[in-house]
Amino acid sequence: MSTPLETATHPEHLRRVCIEPLTRVEGHGKVTLLLDEHDQVQQARLHIVEFRGFERFIQGRPFWELPVTVQRLCGICPVSHHLAAAKACDRLVGAPALSPTAEKVRRLMHFGQVLQSHALHFFHLSSPDLLFGPDDHPAHRNIVGVIQDEPELARRGVLLRRYGQEVIRVCAGKRIHGSGAIPGGVNKALDNADRELLAADIAQVIDWAEDAVALMQGLFAAGGDAYRRFASVPANSLSLVRPDGALELYDGGLRARDPDGEPIFDHASDQDYADLLQEQVKPWSYMKFPFIAALGPAAGWYRVGPLARVNNCDFIDTPRAEAARRTFAAAGQGRPVQAVLATHWARLIELLHCAEAIARLLADPDLTGDDLLREGTPARAGIGVIEAPRGTLFHHYEIDADGLVTRANLIVSTTSNNQAMNAAIRRVAQDELDGHVLTEGLLNRVEVAIRAYDPCLSCATHALGQMPLALTLTRADGTVLDLLRRDADGGIRRAPPGSGGAMANARP
Amino acid sequence: MNARNEPAAGGKVRVATASLAGCFGCHMSLLDIDERILDLVELVEFDRTPLTDIKTLGPCDLGLIEGGVANAENVQVLREFRRQCKVLVALGACAVTGGIPAMRNSVPLAECLDEAFVHGMGLANAGIPDDPELPLLLSQVHPIHEVVQVDYFLPGCPPSAEAIWSLLTAVLEGRALHLPLAQLHYD
Ligand code: SF4
Repeated sequence: MSTPLETATHPEHLRRVCIEPLTRVEGHGKVTLLLDEHDQVQQARLHIVEFRGFERFIQGRPFWELPVTVQRLCGICPVSHHLAAAKACDRLVGAPALSPTAEKVRRLMHFGQVLQSHALHFFHLSSPDLLFGPDDHPAHRNIVGVIQDEPELARRGVLLRRYGQEVIRVCAGKRIHGSGAIPGGVNKALDNADRELLAADIAQVIDWAEDAVALMQGLFAAGGDAYRRFASVPANSLSLVRPDGALELYDGGLRARDPDGEPIFDHASDQDYADLLQEQVKPWSYMKFPFIAALGPAAGWYRVGPLARVNNCDFIDTPRAEAARRTFAAAGQGRPVQAVLATHWARLIELLHCAEAIARLLADPDLTGDDLLREGTPARAGIGVIEAPRGTLFHHYEIDADGLVTRANLIVSTTSNNQAMNAAIRRVAQDELDGHVLTEGLLNRVEVAIRAYDPCLSCATHALGQMPLALTLTRADGTVLDLLRRDADGGIRRAPPGSGGAMANARP
Repeated sequence: MNARNEPAAGGKVRVATASLAGCFGCHMSLLDIDERILDLVELVEFDRTPLTDIKTLGPCDLGLIEGGVANAENVQVLREFRRQCKVLVALGACAVTGGIPAMRNSVPLAECLDEAFVHGMGLANAGIPDDPELPLLLSQVHPIHEVVQVDYFLPGCPPSAEAIWSLLTAVLEGRALHLPLAQLHYD
């Protein structure tokens, strides 16, 4: 599949502009633009330039390590990976249905996670663009600028994030990379002191969350047509939903809708994800391009995350977030809202929902129960799917008779948004950059479009890629540590340190 | 196209941070100092970090590096940080030891490529990304001290916000860092 502006016909004659590193996003990526002599953009690409290799190097490891190991994919949404892996492991130990205590502790942890991640994204990363505009001075256009100009707003953002992190700490032992979920359940419930600690601030958190929704709703209304059109591309939407159609973040069926809101599939079992989705590889990014298999790559790419979720659900089952959702839905006039900047609005509605849902859970006596673990008939394959802050997240593991991982497949949320983000920057290139002398502010608009998706490029770098050049890595004292070369035939050769340059062929 | 503020006024300490082959968790732990960040911005000026839009690095008092070294771009960024920063800190397990990403060191590179892009599950087409825009991948993930001199190592995955705060206050007050035992952990 190649879309307009994905690949220029004669790249060799074009001027290259590179935005690197992308800032105020989590992880490593860059955008390249190729322009002709009339400053018309002929090619625009978001590249993911990092790689990890988790799917391969966890092979041979015992499955019970997975919830702790794979969360190191991402320090911003570690709980999402922790829980998706734990849900897959529940199936490996034959316990897909957890005890009420275990399920509620996990849900609480997850609500805390989505709350802190959404607060971080809005207040610390994206709000400078929205409050000060994309042309604001780059030295001011950041959280420090927000602290200086809008100290009360910044303080609330910091405290909202802190609250979410504290929910995680109570449930998982640590704010980042904790260990609460284990195959078949959780390793501890809450005690009354934990519950009181979290209950003390929740009313304030809900009020602040509601204020944040109102702020963003106001910005969106004031932004008018330009705001609605910015980087907007009609897309299919994919998300989990609850059986009754409610917004669902922890466990549900898969719903996909087309840009008009018509169903593609609904309440599909997450265990069948491999029949529903496929991934395409392109040579210029380590991040793959997933699509809905039945529609093919050209028509089947989709969007995940807050915008997809709030568009896709029939309602939200907490009152203040549902009221906010109705106002949001009205902006779409009967169709899904496709404005990329509305993603911030949807994100804050979800933040409000998480705060309300935490309040409800904190009143539930199951949270302090002592029935923590279930077990059943072990299985050799497990699939765990969850709505991470950035969208639907798929973990799939296969193990051998000794419980060692033999295969793994991870489709992280940001990967699902790969084509949507590329389409968004191409729209910006056409609408805002074409024919103009590029300024810092214009280039920042490209990043504003990407930031709306809150991409977690750390997550998206779990795959490994090929190196197109040769490289020598020398130690601080000058000795050669590592030497790597790609042959003309694509074979990869490596000279181990001290081998005198003799190449060991790394190809099987 | 880069703009930065004038050299830090009023004796502010200039701080830069980078994430190499890390997960951003160490950066998140820095933000876990919570409200103290509101005071911190009175005392420090941020240079290049993922939190600002400053894309090139200027001379700094303190550089915090998260993540190990996994590709050519990581090497370049790390060397630039060493050149520009008076004090360079390996922040967290990945920078100190290579961390979880270094688990790939036991697997031949070609096998990893194959798993991700040729024979992996659910692929519609096979093909290993090879565009010149993608930085060269190293066959091994290295801790940062194998590439540059490092002044401080802060263990933990991630180091606790308290440990990071101790580091920041030590640098701000111009004294050597001594971490209380209670702030040290390795998980
Ligand atoms: S040390 Fe841990 S938290 Fe820090 S980057 Fe590495 S995996 Fe992430």
